[in-house]
Amino acid sequence: MADASPTADDYVPPAEVEDVELYHPKSWITKWVFSQDAKIIAIQYSSTALAIGLVALVLSWLMRLQLGFPEAFDFIDAEQYYQIITLHGMIMVIYLLTALFLGGFGNYLIPLMVGARDMVFPYVNMLSFWIYLLAVVVLVVSFFVPGGPTGAGWTLYPPQAILSGTPGSGSGIILMLASLILFIIGFTMGGLNYVVTVLQARTRGMTLMRMPLTIWGIFVATILALLAFPALFVGAVMMMFDRILGTSFFMPAILEFGEQLQYGGGSPILFQHLFWFFGHPEVYIVALPAFGIVSDLLSIHARKNIFGYRMMVWAIVIIGGLSFVVWAHHMYVSGMNPYFGFFFATTTLIIAVPTAIKVYNWVLTLWQGNIQLTLPMLFAIAFIVTFVNGGITGLFLGNVIVDVPLSDTMFVVAHFHMVMGVAPILVIFGAIYHWYPLITGRMLNSAMGHFHFWITFIGSYAIYFPMHYLGFMGVPRRYFELGETEIYSQSAADLNAFITIAALVVGFAQLVFLFNMIWSVWYGRKSEPNPWRATSLEWQTPVMPPEHGNFGDELPVVYRWAYDFSVPGAADDFIPQNVPPSAVAVSDDPETAPA
Amino acid sequence: MNKWLAFVLFVVAVGSVVFHFVSPWWFTPLASNWGHIDTTIVITFWITGVAFVAVILFMAYCVLKFRHKADRRAAYEPENKKLEIWLTVVTTVGVIGMLAPGLIVWNQYVHVPDGADEIEVMGQQWTWSYRLPGADGVLGKTDVRNITSDNPFGIAMNDPNGVDDVLIEGDDLHLPIDRPVKVLLRSIDVLHDFYVPHFRAKMDLVPGLVSYFWMTPTRTGSFEILCAELCGTGHHIMRGTVVVDAADDYDAWLQEQETFADYLAAAEAAKTSTARLALDNEEAEPKAAQ
Repeated sequence: MADASPTADDYVPPAEVEDVELYHPKSWITKWVFSQDAKIIAIQYSSTALAIGLVALVLSWLMRLQLGFPEAFDFIDAEQYYQIITLHGMIMVIYLLTALFLGGFGNYLIPLMVGARDMVFPYVNMLSFWIYLLAVVVLVVSFFVPGGPTGAGWTLYPPQAILSGTPGSGSGIILMLASLILFIIGFTMGGLNYVVTVLQARTRGMTLMRMPLTIWGIFVATILALLAFPALFVGAVMMMFDRILGTSFFMPAILEFGEQLQYGGGSPILFQHLFWFFGHPEVYIVALPAFGIVSDLLSIHARKNIFGYRMMVWAIVIIGGLSFVVWAHHMYVSGMNPYFGFFFATTTLIIAVPTAIKVYNWVLTLWQGNIQLTLPMLFAIAFIVTFVNGGITGLFLGNVIVDVPLSDTMFVVAHFHMVMGVAPILVIFGAIYHWYPLITGRMLNSAMGHFHFWITFIGSYAIYFPMHYLGFMGVPRRYFELGETEIYSQSAADLNAFITIAALVVGFAQLVFLFNMIWSVWYGRKSEPNPWRATSLEWQTPVMPPEHGNFGDELPVVYRWAYDFSVPGAADDFIPQNVPPSAVAVSDDPETAPA
Repeated sequence: MNKWLAFVLFVVAVGSVVFHFVSPWWFTPLASNWGHIDTTIVITFWITGVAFVAVILFMAYCVLKFRHKADRRAAYEPENKKLEIWLTVVTTVGVIGMLAPGLIVWNQYVHVPDGADEIEVMGQQWTWSYRLPGADGVLGKTDVRNITSDNPFGIAMNDPNGVDDVLIEGDDLHLPIDRPVKVLLRSIDVLHDFYVPHFRAKMDLVPGLVSYFWMTPTRTGSFEILCAELCGTGHHIMRGTVVVDAADDYDAWLQEQETFADYLAAAEAAKTSTARLALDNEEAEPKAAQ
């Protein structure tokens, strides 16, 4: 038949490499614990990330209790408060979001969606997880050492990070740095796997421009991470030397409470450059997988192709590239040469263009769609709302002069939580509701899911939208308490109390979600294969959930892109990627026949 | 469900705008020349606000209009080059509309006007100190290594410009109204950030270097100084006050302040009196022995 899809082609390129022989586990331990199956590793990564994420959630409650009701909680003092915010931020950004998107979703989806049997280096992939776990353990240990974990803020700026005026400047900071170093080593092992698998192990017919955007997002994010994490790595090593050996990479001649120290000649700003050379791409390491996944969720659940696929791919690549030349927009008021401001404001605002194009293409995908408001779709739409909101406030902070009054205020806190906290986490939720049946064979409970969605969406908007206005007033971030001051009216304290209550409610809804995830493994409704009628390869496996080796005897062959939904003339409203044009069932219905 | 979601999206879009206009939480009343910063923010608000409302309302419409029906097919439209180019151009124009005024004001921010008074703010955990250039109008050179209890600012002893520097410790900073001032910033321990919400301006204090910003106070009154860069356990209590005076009041205040010369004299006097005390004690002892 005539296939209207622009990417469909009956031609199948010959196989360039032999099908690989996989490692066959010989015991329960090698199958489920020291597993080399990317799907098991993905679940290990995700469970660890969610477990440590739960710690971060509890820390956020403690921090909000202190901010909302400053006098009420004796058990939180200033030292503990700074430890709480530091660990909350570090866990969320590195140990939860990075690990979950790349180690979790990356491991599960890359081989399945590109049509590979597994990652190309399964053994290294296994090591990646165990080193990540070790990094998490070291982080947790830092809670229990004398002096407690570091309270230097998640940015760990020297000199204060290693001086006695900051909590945890004893063992806390050393363990923090050690944990980061381990994390980066572990991540590099996994990251090399993801990149090489995408480049080398795609199945026949899976050209780069036929890959689902989920894979594009994870692929580019992994490249960013491989290039950005080394900057943090050297920063962490150098600060470790400054702390333990008394070197002065980041330490100029200074006093510590009146006492002359032996340091001299180092530059605190050098650390900030290293940190943000990592830290800004890190935002996109979290955001790009979310961009990719949400594109697929919108397309599948609107039963419509993603609008402007090629533009979407190029936008991901361009955003990834630009993310390496904007880092110093985190440092406009750091005391660096102020002329940098012109350059970094310009590059930063240029990023708004490809990012806006992505937003337009998402909402244009909804236009004339056939929108099913499933839970993944609800989360995808909520993502667009929070991401647009958070992206827009980025235009405030990226525009150097506007950043001057707003930097280091609650506006910044509201901005980055909206754009790289709430928005990507909504995508994670959407993705979990979407792929849960693939992973477990069962659906998540829908009633609990809707409860979770509405509380999370409306609640987190109620937390972070008004928070920007505290920043406009000039309320600084990282303040244990505002104390006696004439700058802020009583209403600012009331707003803080409101935000705390909203945060506690949203936090509670996450416990319902966790319960749902565990409960549904046993009691969820059994899912039929490919419950969402999706086109991408992970849903076309011979058995669901897919087994070790993913695709049974024969690897699938790809004939089209992943977005053949509602193709005119086809009988079904979706055509899987592995269906050749000649095998597409034709519709008798004149309405859907080709014009 | 579609109606309910569309309604929520509508409330989010419109409610955010309403919140913006009725919210009691907004900038503190301006007390410096940096009204242009506020203007740039308002421009940014308009441009981004329109985009935000448009996108959310468009989505609400789609959710309502294109809800799932079993007998309907979605449109099949992989690309629309014209539309994509058009949207790119509009976005670019909007971005330029924000960036251009922003860079113009930033250019003013980094260029200190000729003849601006220079003052120094020194940060340490967790207090603010200030140094004014004194009668000669020039601040003396400093080095962290010079800091002792008698020379808390670390002023170089061999620099004659430093002798008349006015030193303010543990007290309010005063500034004369309507005179541009270049604020030099220096820290002797960790990062701090000199932030007065009413002035809009702020900048980090970095040990090992001297950073700066400039502004012109335009309103008399006293304004609170906050530290805006995490500097350890006492970060939130690192406060201070800057008082903007009319010219006469400022001069009167300045007369009463101590200079580095006064500090040195006091230290000398203390040394002498300690020596005398020691001498007295020595004289006293034999008496006691008798």
